[in-house]
This record gives sequence, C-alpha cells and structure tokens, in this order.
Amino acid sequence: MWKRFRTNIGAMVGVVLLIAVILIAIFAPLIFANTPWQMVQRPFLAPFAMESLPLGTDTLGRDVAAQLAYGARVSLLVGLVSTLVALLIGVPLGALAGFYGGYVDEGAMRFTEFFQTIPNFALAIVLVAIFEPTLASITLAIAIVSWPPVARLVRAEVMSVRKREFVDAATLAGLSKPRILVRQVLPNTVSPIIVMASLMVATAILLESSLSFLGLGDPNAMSWGYMIGAARTVIRSAWWLSFFPGIAIVITVLALNLIGEGLNDALNPHLSRKGKA
Amino acid sequence: MKHLKATTFLIAAALAAPLAAQEAGGRLDIVVQPEPPSLMLGLVQNGPTQLVAGDIYEGLLRYGTDLKPQPLLAKSWEISEDGLTYTFKLNEGVKWHDGEDFTAEDVVFSADVFLRETHARLRASLEYVESITAPDDTTVVFQLKEPFGPFISVFETGTMPIVPKHIYEGTDFANNEMNATPIGTGPFKFEAWEKGSYIHLVKNEDYYVDGLPYLDEVYYRVIPDAAARAVAFETGEVDVLPGGSVENWDVPRLTEMDNVCSTGSGWEFFAPHAWMWLNNREGPTSDVRFRQAVMYAMDREFQRDVVWNGFGNVATGPVSSKTNFYSDDVTIYDHNPEKAEELLAEMGYDGEEIRLLPLPYGETWQRWAEAIRQNLSEVGINVSIDSTDVAGWNEKTSQWDYDMAFTYLYQYGDPALGVSRNYTADRIQKGSPWNNVEGYDNPELDEKWFDAATMISPEERQAAYDEIQKEIVDDVPVAWLLELEFPTIYRCDIKDLVTTGIGVNDGPRNAWIEQ
Repeated sequence: MWKRFRTNIGAMVGVVLLIAVILIAIFAPLIFANTPWQMVQRPFLAPFAMESLPLGTDTLGRDVAAQLAYGARVSLLVGLVSTLVALLIGVPLGALAGFYGGYVDEGAMRFTEFFQTIPNFALAIVLVAIFEPTLASITLAIAIVSWPPVARLVRAEVMSVRKREFVDAATLAGLSKPRILVRQVLPNTVSPIIVMASLMVATAILLESSLSFLGLGDPNAMSWGYMIGAARTVIRSAWWLSFFPGIAIVITVLALNLIGEGLNDALNPHLSRKGKA
Repeated sequence: MKHLKATTFLIAAALAAPLAAQEAGGRLDIVVQPEPPSLMLGLVQNGPTQLVAGDIYEGLLRYGTDLKPQPLLAKSWEISEDGLTYTFKLNEGVKWHDGEDFTAEDVVFSADVFLRETHARLRASLEYVESITAPDDTTVVFQLKEPFGPFISVFETGTMPIVPKHIYEGTDFANNEMNATPIGTGPFKFEAWEKGSYIHLVKNEDYYVDGLPYLDEVYYRVIPDAAARAVAFETGEVDVLPGGSVENWDVPRLTEMDNVCSTGSGWEFFAPHAWMWLNNREGPTSDVRFRQAVMYAMDREFQRDVVWNGFGNVATGPVSSKTNFYSDDVTIYDHNPEKAEELLAEMGYDGEEIRLLPLPYGETWQRWAEAIRQNLSEVGINVSIDSTDVAGWNEKTSQWDYDMAFTYLYQYGDPALGVSRNYTADRIQKGSPWNNVEGYDNPELDEKWFDAATMISPEERQAAYDEIQKEIVDDVPVAWLLELEFPTIYRCDIKDLVTTGIGVNDGPRNAWIEQ
C-alpha cells in the first residue's frame, strides 16, 4: 500500500506540505520571538518592508508571520480532534445500524437524518453561540455536525461486508455477534473510513476558519479564520492581512485533500490499476 | 400641480436668496446604524432613534458645542435666584405635524405625565421637581423642591422630547398606533419607513422659524455592514456618515477623498466616555492596588492612536473634558509597567485569571480588548477575553458576572446627570448595565456627589467637583480609557450640518447644500 501511495506524486506533495505545516505549528514558539498578540511595530506595516517582519504587521502592529504559525496550531488541533470525536460517534453508530439492521438500523438512521437535515454550518454556529466560543466548544460543535456522513458510510460498508462468506463462516464457527462485528467486519471497512477522515480534517479546518471569520472563534486563540475575519474590514488598504492566512488555509486543506486522494487510490486496488495515479 | 409647486418654490427661493447666503432645497442621505426599533422618541431613546427622531421631535432647548442652552421650542427662559423656579416662554404659532396647535399644555403633559412614565433617565431628574404648570398657552413653569444644578441641561430633545398631548392623553403610550407615524413639532415630518432600507422625512413647510429648514427631504439609509456603508459613501449613495457608522480604519481613506470633510464635533453634549468596569466586590479587582496597576499597565496613548486611529483623548478620570465641571488636577496614570509590577508585587497578585468582557460593537472594540489584554499580560496579569454578544454583555454586566468589562456611557453635559450615577452607592442595583455596576461604595464621596448636585452657584459646584475628581481618581473604581470621538464624515458642500452639542441628531434643521 505504501508503495502505491509513494508513487502518487500529488499525495507525496500533500504529505510534504502537511509535514511542513505541522513542524511550523510545533516549533512556532522557537521560530518567533514574539507571541502572536504582541504589538511589535507600527500597524499596517507592509510585507517585506522590514526584514524581521517578513509578512508585515496587522491592525495593531502584531507580527503576521507569528500569527500564521500560531494559527496553524489551532487549525490543526481543531481539525484533528474534531475528526477524532466525529469518528468516535459515527463509527459505532453506523456499525451497529449496518450490522444489526431492523429497528436498530431504523432508529440510528432516523437519528442521523435528524442531524443531516440541518445545514452543517448553521448548526455549528448555533452550537458555538450556545456554548460560548472556546476551543473545546468549537471542536465539539464541528464534531457534532460532521459525524453523520461517517455513520452513513460505515453503515453501508458494514451492510455489504456482513453478507460476505467469511462472516457466515465466523457465525458457523460459533463466534458471538459483537465479536464478529468488531473482529471480522469492522477491520474490513477501515480503508474508506481513513480516506474520509483525512478529508474531514480538511473540512473541519475550513469550518473552524469560517466560524472564526464570523467572530465565533475562541477570542484567546489566534487562528487563520480570525485573522481573515479581522482583516476583512481593511481588505482594501491592507491586502496581506487576509491574503496570507487565506493561502495558509488553501495549502493545508489542499495537502489534506491530496493525501486523502492518495490514500483512496492506494487503499482501493481497483482504482489504482487503471493507472489513475 | 407639481409644476406649480415647483415654481412657487423657485420664487420663494429667489426671494430668500438676497437675505441669506444659505440655499434652500436639496436632499440629504444619512446613514443610520443600526436600524432604530422605533421613532417614537418619548418611548425609545437609543442612539439611532435619537438620530432620526431628533428631526421630528423637539425639546424646549438645544445646546451649543459649548453646552450653553439656546432657544428651540422655548424662545426665552428665566431661572429664579434661589434656583427653584424655571420659567419658559414658548414660541408662538408652533404647530404639530398634523396641524394641531402646540401649547404649553403639551409641555406639561410630556414632562409630567408621558415622560415620567416612559423615560427613566429624565425621571431621575424630575425627582427634584415639585410641580410643572402652564399659566398660559405660551408659558411653562417648573417649580423645584430643592435646587438642582444641572436642571437647565435636561431640556434637550433626546432628554425631554415634547410629545403631542392630543394624541397620547389617556391612551396606552407604548401601544398607541400613532407610534408608527410619529407627530412632532420638528423641522421635518415623517413620510415613510421602508423597513430594512430607509426612513424618509420631508420638510415641515409650517416650521415656526422662517426659512428653516433649507432641505426638502432627508433619507436615513439602513445599511447593515460597515464596509458596505463606507462603499455607499464612496459611490455617493449617501452624503453623511454620522459618528461610529464606519470602522475607524476606513476613516482616513474616506476623508482623503475629494470634497469630503469630517468633524469630531457634535458629541459634546453626550461626551461618550469609555472605561472598563472593574469588579470592586471580589477577586483581585477588589484591591485598589490592582486597579491602579491596571491603569499604569495600559498604554492608552497607543490605544488612542492605533485602535482609534488618533481620535479622542486619554481620559483623566470620571468626568470628560467636554463636560461641565471637568478638572484635570488629578493623579495622572501614564504608561508605567514598572510601577504596575511594583503594585502587583506589593499586593501579592498570584496570577489568578482575570476575565475581560469586550463590548460586542465590532472590530474596533475587539481589537481594543486584545490590545489591553496584551498590555496587562506584559506586567504579569493573566487575562482571558470572554466572547459575548450584545444580550450576553448586558446580562453579564447587569448581573455583575465579570472581572473587567468594557463600556462607554454618555455624560449629558453635567456630572450630576451622567457621571455620579456610576459611582454613588445608591446606584448599586443589580439589573442595569448603566448604573454603579462596579460596586464602588464610598459614603464620604457619596455625600459630596449629592451636595454638588444641589448647589446653585456654578463656582461652588466647580470646587466641589474638583475635590470629588481628585479623590476618586486615586481609588480607580473603574479603569478610565478614552474620551471617545466619533468623527462625522460628510460632503463638504453640506454646510452647517454640525452646529450643536448633539451634532447630526438635530443637524438637518440648519443644514443646507451649496449648489
């Protein structure tokens, strides 16, 4: 699998970009002497006007480069954790529904539909507004709006897998139903989940940015969405304030999408044989 | 018919021309932000309502930028020597917009019945009033129980708008259906209100001052987004941006345009004063050394220059320099982080987290909170910003659930009207974000505030307020920030738009457009 993934140039570019973003996020305090909130120079300093401040300063004279680096932390953290939480909700629910069918399936799917009928972003806004915006509440809100597709996907996968012969064999061998689900069925649904998860991280980052852009971010955490939101009112006089965080979001989301595609191809032999990569 | 009207108008204008340089005619488009909930000024007195309804309704007096009273509905007035009797002579031939005659009875009804019920701020001043009477149709007498120094300042349009007795007497004021089509005595009549879009006022042809107003019509335009408002001004869609309608960063760009003027004047009566409530009841903020440290930690010049783009002044204490009886003979808190650190060390501040509640009024206020958090964190104060919306801010401040909270309030020309309410112990009442929210309790000073309010001679009052300001500034009950300045931006060919202490609120009355 790694072999197939490695030959996919797009995916490898994605990995390199993502690693770069992760490294910047981790080592932000070492790279930048200034915290992202520190007012270090006159406001609205253009990029490259001063060597020590390559990306210029914002409306209060804060270092845009440092803000970008610290923003990466928030974006990645929210993206990863919320995806994890969404998987924790969606996978068990989908698996139970798909495996047991009948009333369990009916119940689980109606519950899922209940969430699916409400527009993602609107629900996220409402949740964050109710809980007060903090990193935890934002992460949770994103997880709550993103698990339904996971449940749907897992259910469909489980339904198809559970009819295979090896499941019948396991049943004949006397394994209990839960055991069959966890040991035999679920492991065979992992690849689409992984692919989906990588794309979900990207979506979560976009969601977090959109929330922050609307002023629903954690006011104590520097994030890319916050930067763009704060720069929106000065976009005509200080383009760089919204341009750089925008680019950062594009790069990160693109990297995650490339990786997701690569994983999809690598984990799905039927596709890769067509020489798609 | 229309043609005829226009001709008459031209003749009238031609006749008027030699008399005055002012030119009649034209239309003004003014931004109003946010859309007012109602135009019935007797019931609703928030900023946008005052802006629009200030053309429809009138008070007895108006106030210049120096806060000196000028005639409006009253053409002259007299205050008895003992400071107890205020006699107003009203203009003659004043008509309500529906054609009824305006008389002294309307004034008595408005002040004594209507506003007593609906206008909390005026009600507090009316406590001092023994009786309001109308000896004849053009005379009104206010008889006071005891002298009340600032009484001459309560006759402004937003403070005591005169409402029509013939429409409101004996009705349920709040639900009177005429509230939707306000009837006043002002220079402009209500014409139409397209919700979410504009409010249209037209010239009151029967206005009691000859020649006024010059303008034919005024449109108040509702444009919800700050950037869109700036663009509307740039494209010429609107002619006037009243203070606070665009973000500060946009101001230089707009004022650099051709034929664009701006003025910081027109807010003297309100003198918007910004500070942070510091919760005097509990936590580190209850320690006066901590509060002083906050003052020394802040770089308020920077806040003024960067966050407010250079508009406004650093506040020296509770009273704005624009308000009567201001004194600058007080302890000055300059930016002195070392001093702040010393004070914190002396009190033994242990890094306890301090919550900071910003005002949810847009980017400027959010940036301001961030700048202050940074200032405070540099001397070791651990600050986290709470997020909030307008309802949440109201709730938290009025229920005292905060450590530090931004606010700004108007002063209405006199410390007894707009300042003491935030510092005397009798104003510690849960449920309002406008009173003594910080919980400052200093009986000795309370005494002085009360005395200063009831003195007659301005000199005595000045001396009393000098003393109060000197003492209270050392206690730092709240962290004073800036005397805010909201520049009004307008096309230079609009003349005499801002001539009073309430600026654009009653500006269209005298405004004219140079052709």
